[in-house]
Amino acid sequence: MTDRPILDCRGVSKRFGAVQALYNVNFEVRVGEVMALVGDNGAGKSTLIKGVAGIYPFDEGEIHFDGESVKIHGPRDTADLGIEVVYQDLALADNLDVVANMFLGREETQRRFILDEAHMENSARATLESLSVTTIRSVRQTVAGLSGGQRQAVAVAKAVMWDSRVVILDEPTAALGVAQTRQVLDLVRRMADQGLAVVIISHNLHDIFEVADRITVLRLGQMVAVLEKEATTQQEVVHAITAGTLDTVPGMDEL
Amino acid sequence: MSATGQQDRIEPKEGFTADDTPQTFGAYVTAWLVRVRSGDLGALPMVIGLIIIVIIFGSLNETYLKAVNLVNLLLQLSGLTLISIGVVFVLLIAEIDLSVAFVSAVGGVTAALLLRPDDPGFSWPVAIGIALLVTTAIGFIQGQIITRAGVPSFVVTLAGLLAWSGVVLILTTQATTSGTIIIQNDFVVGLANNFLSDFWGWVLAVLIIGGYTGTELLKIRSRRKRRLPNKPISVVVTQIGALTVLIVGVVGYANSDRGLPMAILVVLVFLTFWTFIASRTRFGRHVYAVGGNPEAARRAGIDVARVRVAVFMISGFMAGVGGIVLASRLRSVATNTGGGNLLLNAIAAAVIGGTSLFGGSGRVASALLGALVITSVDNGMGLLGVNSGVKFVVTGLVLLAAVLVDSLSKRGRASSGVA
Repeated sequence: MTDRPILDCRGVSKRFGAVQALYNVNFEVRVGEVMALVGDNGAGKSTLIKGVAGIYPFDEGEIHFDGESVKIHGPRDTADLGIEVVYQDLALADNLDVVANMFLGREETQRRFILDEAHMENSARATLESLSVTTIRSVRQTVAGLSGGQRQAVAVAKAVMWDSRVVILDEPTAALGVAQTRQVLDLVRRMADQGLAVVIISHNLHDIFEVADRITVLRLGQMVAVLEKEATTQQEVVHAITAGTLDTVPGMDEL
Repeated sequence: MSATGQQDRIEPKEGFTADDTPQTFGAYVTAWLVRVRSGDLGALPMVIGLIIIVIIFGSLNETYLKAVNLVNLLLQLSGLTLISIGVVFVLLIAEIDLSVAFVSAVGGVTAALLLRPDDPGFSWPVAIGIALLVTTAIGFIQGQIITRAGVPSFVVTLAGLLAWSGVVLILTTQATTSGTIIIQNDFVVGLANNFLSDFWGWVLAVLIIGGYTGTELLKIRSRRKRRLPNKPISVVVTQIGALTVLIVGVVGYANSDRGLPMAILVVLVFLTFWTFIASRTRFGRHVYAVGGNPEAARRAGIDVARVRVAVFMISGFMAGVGGIVLASRLRSVATNTGGGNLLLNAIAAAVIGGTSLFGGSGRVASALLGALVITSVDNGMGLLGVNSGVKFVVTGLVLLAAVLVDSLSKRGRASSGVA
């Protein structure tokens, strides 16, 4: 792990009409670390992630990637930088098999339009293998037949496959049982150990303390704390989420 | 990476064993049985249904199983199959096209009008080309309205059904007082009235078997090269053997009568082409993705609207091809062309053949298989001389049975967690 952040958002703000969804937030993640992003509902987690993902632009602030200032105008820019977002609904097509899903929209072809199935199958296997995903019986199985944990693994493998450097996971364990949560957390850890920067959004502090290196806490659209996991407790994080010190109190400006 | 060897020692982080491709003939059959039991029926209900149909009608009427009737059957199913291929694509993206029957009529009428001697007396390639251009454009317009305005395809194509039936009526009655346009072009009439000689019939048989064998071998070689597991060679040989028996049987039997109709050649060409497009190209993959999860397709960077419009264009194009073959069979078009139960049969054929109404699942070949079932029933009842009322009831029941199988097997798949 290096100290230099690969993704660094500096002073980003976002306003939706009268609602200040994000205010002057600093957020960074380093290579080889798992950064947890926590906060109550409406704290601005999704707004921050969607801004990075290129769903909409931030009103203010800068994004630095690998030390350089970058502009993100759309999801394509994010993907080109090597940032992949795995949304909560995973966006998998149930009727397609694992390989087809992993390559959806970026199929390998021969002579420009004929699918190169063997090549895709090989790459898909190699990626799953590198993540030590052993729970999937066959890469030619349709996704509909997979469990929640396996589907998450496919979605993550899909994100990792494209030489990505930052992977953002939105609530990856929310819908999973105990054993499957275990698998996904192991997967998250392995990704970071392989030199990826991983951002994980979760409400489950137990999961976060198990897998994260650092924790960024948002409250009412502002960043209230960045905590080292080793040097903090669940109580401290809960306190930051519910009563962290704000720079400005929302509505103060108008008074 | 042999699956059987490594599955005995389960050491999760030791390596990747993500494959359970059956390695022996027995294992392959067992895996197939497991799939069927869990509700993944594929073409099985259709094959069983077809066998039952053949046994029933074969025992009720001695002409049914004769070679002359096989050739008739092939003639009867050609136009329907061609239209139904387009319907399969539409169903794959979980939409519906109710206009196909009258669009096919527009295609047939356009070709017939353009071919009238001296008025304007176009040559057949030009007439057919313009007719197909027209029907493809109709698909384009309907597709644009569906995607741009977000109107359900059901409503847009229902409007199309009415409008195009009107256009057929206008065109036929404007051109002639009787409302019937006779086609005199030898090529177009020959499509459904000429037959391949015995020799060319056998050439076609060899091409089909050789083509299938060739693609299987190429697949095996490409997978071998990348050290991917293949299905056992005994299974491949059995499949090729079964196909050979079937093709040789059909061609030999048809040759003992008039031979294979030209129209069947047209069907096979389009069947092969669209099967290739659906299963081997990026576009085909995107069609399945749009049918399975449009949101996932959109986020993967697929232009969902473009895929949808393209699919409606395919539907229009194939309706045009089918319409010309149907017109050829009757040697004419008339005010009632495209009417009757052509639309319902075209949709029913796709569904009976195994294409899901829920989108994302099905094969182009299901158009042929479904048309075979419908035409077999129709043809059998025709020979028995039952009245049209009974015909409609029976065809309706066959369709209902097919949809029930689709729905129940989907439920079976969901409950067993296999799809």
